[in-house]
Amino acid sequence: MYKLLLSWRYLRTRYIALASIISVTLGVATLIVVNSVMEGFTQEMHNRLHGILSDLVFESHSLGGLPDPQWHEEEIRKTLGDQVVGMTSTVQVPAMLSFQVRNQWITRQVNLIGIDERTYAQVGDFSQYLLHPENQSKLSFLLREDGYDRRLAEAGWMYRRNRVAYERAVQEQLQQIEAARQQRAAGSADGAAASEPPSPPGDPYGGAPADPYSATSASAGDAQVFDEAKEQHVGVILGLMVSSVRHRDADDVVRDYFLCRPGDDVNLTFPTAPPSGEAPSAQSAKFTVVDLYESKMSEYDSSFAFVPLAELQRMRGMIDPQTKVTSVTSIQIRLKPGSDLQAARDTLLQRFPADQYAYRIQTWMDLQGPLLAAVQMETTILNILLFLIIAVAGFGILATFFMIVVEKTRDVGILKALGAPSGGVMSIFLSYGFSLGSVGSGVGMVGGLLFVIYINEIAAGLERLTGREVFDPTIYYFQEIPAVIDPLTVALVVAGAIAIAVLASVLPALRAARLHPVEALRYE
Amino acid sequence: MNPVTFAPTIPLIRRPAPGALLDSFQNLDVAPEPEALPGGVGPQTYDAGPLLSAKKVFKSYRKSKHIIPVLRGVDFAIREGEFVAVVGQSGSGKSTLLHLLGTLDAPDAGEIHFEGNRIDNLPSKARDVLRNRYFGMIFQFYHLLPELTTLENVLAPRMIGQGVLRYWMNKRQHGEEARHLLDMVGLSHRLTHKPKELSGGEMQRAAIARALVTNPQLLLADEPTGNLDRQTGQEIMDLLRTLNRRQNLTIVMVTHDNAIAGQADRTVRLVEGLVERA
Repeated sequence: MYKLLLSWRYLRTRYIALASIISVTLGVATLIVVNSVMEGFTQEMHNRLHGILSDLVFESHSLGGLPDPQWHEEEIRKTLGDQVVGMTSTVQVPAMLSFQVRNQWITRQVNLIGIDERTYAQVGDFSQYLLHPENQSKLSFLLREDGYDRRLAEAGWMYRRNRVAYERAVQEQLQQIEAARQQRAAGSADGAAASEPPSPPGDPYGGAPADPYSATSASAGDAQVFDEAKEQHVGVILGLMVSSVRHRDADDVVRDYFLCRPGDDVNLTFPTAPPSGEAPSAQSAKFTVVDLYESKMSEYDSSFAFVPLAELQRMRGMIDPQTKVTSVTSIQIRLKPGSDLQAARDTLLQRFPADQYAYRIQTWMDLQGPLLAAVQMETTILNILLFLIIAVAGFGILATFFMIVVEKTRDVGILKALGAPSGGVMSIFLSYGFSLGSVGSGVGMVGGLLFVIYINEIAAGLERLTGREVFDPTIYYFQEIPAVIDPLTVALVVAGAIAIAVLASVLPALRAARLHPVEALRYE
Repeated sequence: MNPVTFAPTIPLIRRPAPGALLDSFQNLDVAPEPEALPGGVGPQTYDAGPLLSAKKVFKSYRKSKHIIPVLRGVDFAIREGEFVAVVGQSGSGKSTLLHLLGTLDAPDAGEIHFEGNRIDNLPSKARDVLRNRYFGMIFQFYHLLPELTTLENVLAPRMIGQGVLRYWMNKRQHGEEARHLLDMVGLSHRLTHKPKELSGGEMQRAAIARALVTNPQLLLADEPTGNLDRQTGQEIMDLLRTLNRRQNLTIVMVTHDNAIAGQADRTVRLVEGLVERA
């Protein structure tokens, strides 16, 4: 009883000791904040990565791919049983994207992915990152009239028609100027006959075959003439950062400037998949951008381009001319939520041993292993460093406690004279340490949790105060700082801090317990 | 005579079997408290042995390399109900003797006996219980706990003597006892004051109340008036005298003041670590 009473009284009357545990408070608060934010980042990243990638990826080593995906899909379904909830085949090849902006060729290196629009959405969150709401529910490689993301007010068929009309008008003007120049040249040569009137502008929306622009610009290979204002090439979905640059305008607002947008045409150059014995060659084709893809993972947004699988297979020569058997480079598999991915991967590896099949079977975590490991490592190191801070605080507590024990030497003597056992004296100081640790880490916990809950408001306040952006969305692609509070982590941090406070009070408490009552009573 | 079953009913004056005292300390949690002070039973009624005695006690202190002998074979005895003053100059070893008697320290040689049982070699747990239940101690500098109120200070031995649960069960009773004692020493208006808000005399009276709260058989007083002016000191002496007369409280008092010592029943003079033969 006296132990509790005394440690409580010491707690209430010794503010210097409370000062010594401010570092515990700060350490606990920082640990909670850092862990929550790192956990938030990790989860966000996991979600994004996992959303983009399917659970398991079944890849062929070669660009020629693995033949007969239907057979493989059946085999996989047989091997994994009803764990499989979705499966799709894709063709992935490196490609060069090129398009013209104001008569300048811009090229981008992309990861060209041929996807099956019926099944691709089953294996990942691909469609929810598309900018057109209808594509989000049902993917289509046909250009939409309009209604894209608000950043893309000008996009779709409407934009395409306007653009084509404008380009034709420009072209016509150029032709008129050219014609006039030729006329002048002819006139000066002939010295007569400047009577031919300038050709009347054709209906820009009519797209008459006679239009000189269409006649010259439509691809020569096409049997009938391609009308850009009414027709589209094969659709392609580009990553947002492939087609745009992100910058700050004069008002310091982050904006995306689109170099090309849905409705524009682009060129894609990719390697063919020739029969064995022949070397792959480059194949170019025109595509029409039908939508943009924004997963907010810059790695993906800046490299992905999606086209319809069948078209890519056809263009690359992945369809056997005789048997009509197709080839794909990878099969993406989505399993039931909560399935053991590693086990499923190992089962598949047994069915398709590496020494017989040139396939690589990986889980999404294997694919992103280095990135996930790096984040994990970062969290671990931060935790170690911050716990060292609390350990340093422990030494502060140790020193303060020695001081308090010296100050309380006479009280220890009194208690012993009154019959308090050494263990009792010791537990006074231990429970004092415990209550200091509890108060310190309790306050730290509350502070840390409040900080985490209001982290975005705090960041906004700091931005106003310092004029510097704390959390730059051009870098992170998150609108808000993600933070997730893990109760177990919080409990561990608090328990660890209390344990350190108690450990730090063990030595002073032992010293107090060993004090000789007579000497303690004489102590002035 | 089985000491364990016998222990709870040891009559206070009668000499228990060897070891029984220790057993009774170890069984204190289940043993009933000794009844109220053995009032009315004067030492003259029984020709029992002394309540507390020291036999050929030696004690020396080590100061760096020098060994300073303090007590060189002191014999001392006090009977139930006696009020004995130990006088001597500073350094004569009187305080050391009191500490040895109160088991705060152990003699280098010699023995301390309480109720006929040797107590100086008891394990520390048993000595803690002895100090808590059977001895009361007061000091020149009062030695109240500064963080606790007067009432809490008086209750401190009770809190020390039993676990949290037991204390809570007996809380009301202990509170009443403590208030009664504080009333008796004239401090009923200072219950919630901290020691630093009390005068020296008040502090000493609070210390006396604290020493008496467990109904001890013996009060050990180390210069109880040493830090007080003459009049306040006299008030304290009157209080001790009254306690000794009315409640038959056995008191060993150490003082260097012959006038104060003269108010005791008997005076033992220590000179250079030895009892001076009168």
